Amino acid sequence: MSEVQFLNVHKDFSGVEVLKGINFTVQAGQVACLIGPSGSGKSTLLRCVNHLETTSSGTILVGGRMIGYEVHGDRLIEAHQKDINKRRSRIGMVFQSFNLFGHMTALENVMMGPVKLLKVPKAQAEAEAKELLAKVGLAERTGHYPAQLSGGQQQRVAIARALSMKPDLMLFDEPTSALDPELVGEVLDVMKALARDGMTMIVVTHEMGFAREVADVVAFMDGGVIVEAGDPREVISNPQHERTKAFLSKVL
Amino acid sequence: MTVTERTAVAESRPDFAELASRPVLKRKRPGQLIAMVVVGLFALMGAYILVTNPGFGWPTVAKYLFDVRILNGLLTTIELTVIAMILGFVIGLVVAVMRMSENGLLRGVAGAYIWFFRGTPLLVQMLFWGFAAVLFPTIGIGIPGGPMLVEWNTNDVLPLFVAGILGLGLNEGAYMAEIVRAGLMGVPAGQSEASHAMGFSRMETLRYVVIPQAMKIILPPVGNETISMLKTTSLVIVIGVGDLLYNTQQIYARNLQQIPLLIVASLWYILLTTLLSMVQSRIEKRYSRGNVLQVRKA
Repeated sequence: MSEVQFLNVHKDFSGVEVLKGINFTVQAGQVACLIGPSGSGKSTLLRCVNHLETTSSGTILVGGRMIGYEVHGDRLIEAHQKDINKRRSRIGMVFQSFNLFGHMTALENVMMGPVKLLKVPKAQAEAEAKELLAKVGLAERTGHYPAQLSGGQQQRVAIARALSMKPDLMLFDEPTSALDPELVGEVLDVMKALARDGMTMIVVTHEMGFAREVADVVAFMDGGVIVEAGDPREVISNPQHERTKAFLSKVL
Repeated sequence: MTVTERTAVAESRPDFAELASRPVLKRKRPGQLIAMVVVGLFALMGAYILVTNPGFGWPTVAKYLFDVRILNGLLTTIELTVIAMILGFVIGLVVAVMRMSENGLLRGVAGAYIWFFRGTPLLVQMLFWGFAAVLFPTIGIGIPGGPMLVEWNTNDVLPLFVAGILGLGLNEGAYMAEIVRAGLMGVPAGQSEASHAMGFSRMETLRYVVIPQAMKIILPPVGNETISMLKTTSLVIVIGVGDLLYNTQQIYARNLQQIPLLIVASLWYILLTTLLSMVQSRIEKRYSRGNVLQVRKA
């Protein structure tokens, strides 16, 4: 499992600063929830962790090693794409819109990474994929295409797909925001089980119940900064800052 | 209210319960009948002309339909179509990917290719390849301004058939590039993003994720292009490649039976396009894997 450290991370989109110096650490084996209003920069921050977004300055260390960049003299320079791809293969990511590969069955989605990237023999990959699908409660759906699955089922396949690469770290970008309310629970249950297994997780979420119950640390973001962070019972139940109070009073 | 008045009211209000128990009638549509008569008359007229006008020369058509020269030409036409389409598709794929590249130079080269090959008539391009030997009498590898290392006579390495393929294929590549690009852009960005997040490179993502899903967008227009290409191959007659139309011309140049022989050629073209349409719909079905409608039907 990998520790994640954000060191003075800045990011601007064509002049607009969306991350204004993020300093934050997620210990190995911890679950961190990023909460905050839309546009606060939490999804952008998450996407910087596997370099789907570049940063303007500052750095992110995963397992003590810089990601996306390398030292070049006294500056940072973007790393080789090959290195970035290699690091990404150890970081699982789950998206709000599932993004399952539409032309592949659930099983094929989960087998694809191990077979093509890790060169695992097909039979072994298939056995492992079936095991993972069973773990997320979809043993009966292996042959289904994403279009034949409900949102909750698709998201659970997406989690199995991310786990198939045996990641050290899992990133969740609003994994339940696109789901019908009655399907949210099944996805959160899978995530809770994952947390119990000791997976390091960073979760961007609006599910305060999940954050309070599962997270080891919660960070409230607004306007590109972390306003306050700490124990979820403290941050969610007893927020110190006005902005946190105002936000929580609306969502709770 | 008198009895007669009550009857009048009853008549003005139909008995809905009674009506609801009977099936509805189908209203006659006289327009359809008139259209049928008009179309039928025209069809009869057409058939009458086809049969009675000796100019169509049906016995001549029958005589030449399976003539060995016609069949040879037909084979050449099929070869031209297949090879030019494969060349066009490969070029189209490469140019489309280049056009979507992060590298501005590659984008520019791809844009220039499309600009040039779409911007000049295919007939002119075809003639150009036919006359390439005039522009470059020899082709070779050497040092610019210095000695040649290897050298060939252009007419030897560029027989007319190859010139025809180049003319058709390079032009097709430009159109295909736009079709492929539309297909690649039609795949949601989240698909590539998920693939990148797993650690797949740009090329692997294209190969495993984007192109397979783009195929169902690309294939219907490629089918059209193929059908169009089958007939466009006839342009090779301007550089003297012996395709179906060229061989047809050769025959009627001697026996002056132009109309019957053009009918022979047309019959073969239309047969092949019909077959291609059937193949097209089959392939489309195969590539719609994972398609919502297709899947729900299964």
